[in-house]
Amino acid sequence: MNIRAQVSMVFHLDKCIGCHTCSIACKNIWTDRKGAEYMWWNNVETKPGTGYPVQWEDQAKYRGGWEKKPGSDRLSLRMNGRLGTLGNIFYNPHLPRLEDYYEPWTYQYEHLTSAPEGDDQPTARPISMITGEPIEIQRGPNWDDDLSGSAVYAANDPNLDGMSDDERQMMFEVERLVFFYLPRICNHCLNAGCVAACPTGAIYKRGEDGIVLVNQDRCRGWRMCVTGCPYKKVYYNWSTGKSEKCILCYPRLETGQAPACFHTCVGRIRYLGVLLYDADRIQQAAAAEDHDLVEAQRAIIVDPFDPAVIAAARANGVPDAMIEAAQNSPVYQFVKAWKLALPLHPEFRTVPMLFYVPPMLPIQAVANNGRVEVTRGNNSENDYFGTLDQARLPMRYMARLFSAGNEDEVAQVYRRLIAVRLYRRAQNASGELDESARQALAAAGLTAAEAQAIYEMTSMPTFEQRFVIPPLAREVNIEALQDPFTHKAEAGFGFEREAKRGE
Amino acid sequence: MIDQLIFIALPYTAAALAIVMTIVRWRTNRFTYSSLSSQLLENSILSWASVAWHYAILIILLAHLGATVFPGLWARLLGGRFQLYVLEITGLGLALLSIVGLGLFIWRRLALRRIRAVTTRGDWLLLIALLAQVILGFLVASLYRWGATWYLHTATPWLTSLVRLDPNITALVPLPWLIKLHFAGGFVILALLPFTRLIHAITLPIGYLWRPYQIVVWNRRQTRANRG
Ligand code: HEM
Ligand code: SF4
Ligand code: SF4
Repeated sequence: MNIRAQVSMVFHLDKCIGCHTCSIACKNIWTDRKGAEYMWWNNVETKPGTGYPVQWEDQAKYRGGWEKKPGSDRLSLRMNGRLGTLGNIFYNPHLPRLEDYYEPWTYQYEHLTSAPEGDDQPTARPISMITGEPIEIQRGPNWDDDLSGSAVYAANDPNLDGMSDDERQMMFEVERLVFFYLPRICNHCLNAGCVAACPTGAIYKRGEDGIVLVNQDRCRGWRMCVTGCPYKKVYYNWSTGKSEKCILCYPRLETGQAPACFHTCVGRIRYLGVLLYDADRIQQAAAAEDHDLVEAQRAIIVDPFDPAVIAAARANGVPDAMIEAAQNSPVYQFVKAWKLALPLHPEFRTVPMLFYVPPMLPIQAVANNGRVEVTRGNNSENDYFGTLDQARLPMRYMARLFSAGNEDEVAQVYRRLIAVRLYRRAQNASGELDESARQALAAAGLTAAEAQAIYEMTSMPTFEQRFVIPPLAREVNIEALQDPFTHKAEAGFGFEREAKRGE
Repeated sequence: MIDQLIFIALPYTAAALAIVMTIVRWRTNRFTYSSLSSQLLENSILSWASVAWHYAILIILLAHLGATVFPGLWARLLGGRFQLYVLEITGLGLALLSIVGLGLFIWRRLALRRIRAVTTRGDWLLLIALLAQVILGFLVASLYRWGATWYLHTATPWLTSLVRLDPNITALVPLPWLIKLHFAGGFVILALLPFTRLIHAITLPIGYLWRPYQIVVWNRRQTRANRG
């Protein structure tokens, strides 16, 4: 066992209201700069939809992540082999174009006050933030926000290929139209495609906490990481000639604060905590058969209460405070104990460490003679809480997103979510478990106590329960090995330079 | 006198500048080491320009280097008339390809607003110097035939004498001025290396072929390493 710690995340999609506050928090802190305007380290997509950059999930086009060739249990980067990548270094044939993102723009606001007097209202024309010239806006971030059901966006969601007409109908029929939000940040993967794709080796994972960073001084702008990341979460800064990505707000984490997008989240959908995992088995988890990918990833996440794990972690230099944080981690509960949270597109095989609780979505209703009626369940009672066979979204679609096509895996999550709902309804209505709740709990394999814990962690967790931030203790890491006075003298203000492009 | 200047003073100055300033830039502003790719802003012209230019120029440079460092081997390679023909024609073809590639680079920077927004004076200096140099090279190759062989008796002894710090330019003095310009041009471009984006040419990440795919950096262990 080679136990390491990873600061990991859970997003509870049932609670996401699609307000984009997270995106704005991140933008204001980190990417409100020249060359970074188009970067959305955090973005929120409408699903079904095409996402950002457009159709990023289509790896036939963008060639991100890893590929398992039939008959082999070794993985290769989908973009190219090592020699092939060097051969493509002068021109990367799989790089998204700016048009797949959008040309960043602002408005000529000063014209509103400086326009000469005339008969018409002055206008503020859109101005490209790259060229400074007026532009016609073609698309923008979140261009398909809430546009599910549209023939242009939702219908081109790469996850829809292979869906039957019935299943499409189920999502796109006007009266039953359905969509949900998918907020995305970097997954700080264990088998990161970006790290593997970088010819220079400028991208690395921090051993202590698993945060994936681009060393700005080492990056040479070969722009291969943009392709290597199947989630398109590395962005190329067109002004500085360097790649950039979500830094999991490590300066905030190191000072005990939650990342900005987590802290500001209005729906409180975000959880952050430590997972301990066995680094020797990363490749094994990444190379599992599609059907087993989720379980294989869960298997390398180890129990922080197991004495053998604790001993191995200590032997590996994981501090006690980190182990304690892992024991209190809400992420461990959601991912491993309750098995409610699933990785996004595990079939990309980067072993992403951001997990999603799939959305239940509101109850299903149909229009009937001008009246909207809640659909009836199997026993033709009003079914306010949904049963699996009446799921608002086809299981196949959710399985495409969250379990590499394994429908049992998502179905099991839904059984648990439904059981918690029925359990809470029974508690609220009568204070005791009725037959339907009992059955649902049994089908989901949950105890009443677990259902109660899930309910509490979902509906009313405190800030401290949602974000269990380990003391990252940079100062301790340094102090143990270097005389603090020497370090203080050496660190100083550092060598501050403007991050400006070279000649 | 002028020959001394361009064949002795210029090469040594250029080499000294290239070495010293590359180190200074590395130590003081490593952030500016980048290919400064503009592919995100424009994709299709670049695919032709960059692939044509780089493959052509790299093979041409390798040929120059090979003829300088391994003149014996090179002479044997040229053994027969047929080989010489093939080599000359390949050389001319590559030179044309590099001119086309560079021409596209330049046109792209002139014509496209987005690319102009990321163009510096250094870029123009470099592109013009390179264009002049490849055109001169092409003219030399087409006007003064069989360069592949006379290079061995002019450039090779001169360059090796420079390396031995015993400059000998007797073979160069009688050469036509077009050839002299091309020779000098090479060193002008060498001098531009640390001051322009050309710096990217020395950062070819060969190590990618053998490094492990995943990289994990430990703050603790790094601190230990930093202390030496
Ligand atoms: C040795 C390996 C080399 C590598 C890996 C390399 C790679 C690159 C890359 C990635 C770009 C950026 C292309 C883009 O915009 O996406 C570039 C641009 C350029 N390279 Fe190289 N290069 C190499 C050698 C050279 C050499 C030897 C020269 C000249 C003698 C050269 C001249 C240029 C020029 C002038 C540009 C800028 C073109 C423009 O955007 O206007 N390169 N190179
Ligand atoms: S999601 Fe993050 S860590 Fe994973 S490949 Fe993309 S940029 Fe790298
Ligand atoms: S963690 Fe920080 S850097 Fe990453 S997306 Fe959220 S706000 Fe941005």
